[in-house]
Amino acid sequence: MQVFDLVQVTDAPAAIAAGAASPTAQQGASVRFLAGGTTLVDLMKLNVEYPDRVVDINRLGLDGVATLANGDLSVGATARNSDLAHHPQVRERYAALSQAILAGASTQLRNAATTAGNLLQRTRCMYFRDTASACNKRKPGSGCPAIAGTNRMLAILGTSDACIAAHPSDMAVAMMAYDAIVHVQGTSGARQIPLSDFYVPPGNRPDIETVLRPGDLVTHVTLPAPLAGERSAYLKLRDRASYEFALVSAAVAVTLADDKIASARFALGGVGTRPWRVRDAEGALAGQAPSDTVFRAAADICLQGARPQGQNGFKVELAKRCIVHAFKQVTR
Amino acid sequence: MTNIGENTEAADDPADKRLTVTLKVNGQECVVSIDPRVTLLDCLREVLHLTGTKKGCDHGQCGACTVHIDGRRVNSCLALAAVHGGDEIITIEGLGTPGNLHPMQRAFLENDAYQCGYCTSGQIMSAVALLREPCGASDDDVREFMSGNICRCGAYPNIVRAIQQARRALGGS
Repeated sequence: MQVFDLVQVTDAPAAIAAGAASPTAQQGASVRFLAGGTTLVDLMKLNVEYPDRVVDINRLGLDGVATLANGDLSVGATARNSDLAHHPQVRERYAALSQAILAGASTQLRNAATTAGNLLQRTRCMYFRDTASACNKRKPGSGCPAIAGTNRMLAILGTSDACIAAHPSDMAVAMMAYDAIVHVQGTSGARQIPLSDFYVPPGNRPDIETVLRPGDLVTHVTLPAPLAGERSAYLKLRDRASYEFALVSAAVAVTLADDKIASARFALGGVGTRPWRVRDAEGALAGQAPSDTVFRAAADICLQGARPQGQNGFKVELAKRCIVHAFKQVTR
Repeated sequence: MTNIGENTEAADDPADKRLTVTLKVNGQECVVSIDPRVTLLDCLREVLHLTGTKKGCDHGQCGACTVHIDGRRVNSCLALAAVHGGDEIITIEGLGTPGNLHPMQRAFLENDAYQCGYCTSGQIMSAVALLREPCGASDDDVREFMSGNICRCGAYPNIVRAIQQARRALGGS
């Protein structure tokens, strides 16, 4: 691990000022915010991340979870994943979010990992984590050995010729389906970024993963109130029954009226370079009576443009079945 | 516990970023002088000589290093020691003593819930934390809640049995 200065801050402006000293907020940033450390410390041990300065943001009071007057749920940036998953409001109103978090990692990791850290966690692509390998995400222009290599776990949607790294989060998939907004404070004030605009496609610069700029501090995430009567669920398919990343996962939410689907929203994990959501696929469900055929048609739209690699072609069919099965769960 | 982390050498070295931190471990305050890179795991083992907490993978994957911070179990290998000044840290040494074992320690003994023993302190720290967590009553619930602790000897059946025995003994579900 590289030597670094450790700084503890007690207010957001101090964190922002410290972060702004880095030329980038993306891969290789010289200043990193430390929350739970479950991604950052791991990657620093691997020398994948090597900040000169680490800013401890755990004493900023950003760990609350609360329902706001307008009905939105506000989730603090440093709220622990365990606290969010077990929060009574989350279990009752955002079932897919609670299930998604509890389907990820282990209790020890969820006790440390935070909201913002989870959104910003890095891919588990083994070439990214191995500094002896080329990797365009770690070192732009060095190449992508995953494309002709070990890619069974990697992405089939949103990829580029430079990178096929899958986004590893479960929590972010549910938040994507719930239309989450990421609240950021930076050197030029506060902004609200829909989660659907938060991640950027890899293109030829897969080291740039989000729209965050130097000094940007995620303060909290808000989820709009769920629709009246909305039912949601998270289905995760993986090689082991517990403590494993998704091959494919789906967060689905639906409302029914007169035995027909009034509204549907869903997002996929394990298949995309970011949590994957396709509005046209949701539109295909509206007004239809729930059936395998209808769900399958939406799944087909969602997987359009999938670009499987040598080892992960199975994900296309698995993702479709995952969508169908998850929707069956919430509509029966 | 002694303050063996203090080191006054190399004070002029610009790479010397040492910080003085007061850690509260098993109810005792310990002043340590540590590089910011030192994980809580390494601090416990190498500075405070509390070697009951084990280093397995050192990447948060195996659970051998599980300790409690403010009553919650975490992987001490992914925690930087210097940011945990003042937090209540409990290690396996703080659970019980050879003459007065924690009921979970006794249950592990009685059920032969280990073979080589390397993962055992982490297993027990997780199992003790589980007593306070919303874990369902079934063996499958225990397996899910314990999935962050790997046992290469495969003592899992007896680990589940030990945990269920201790839960019954302690009046849990």
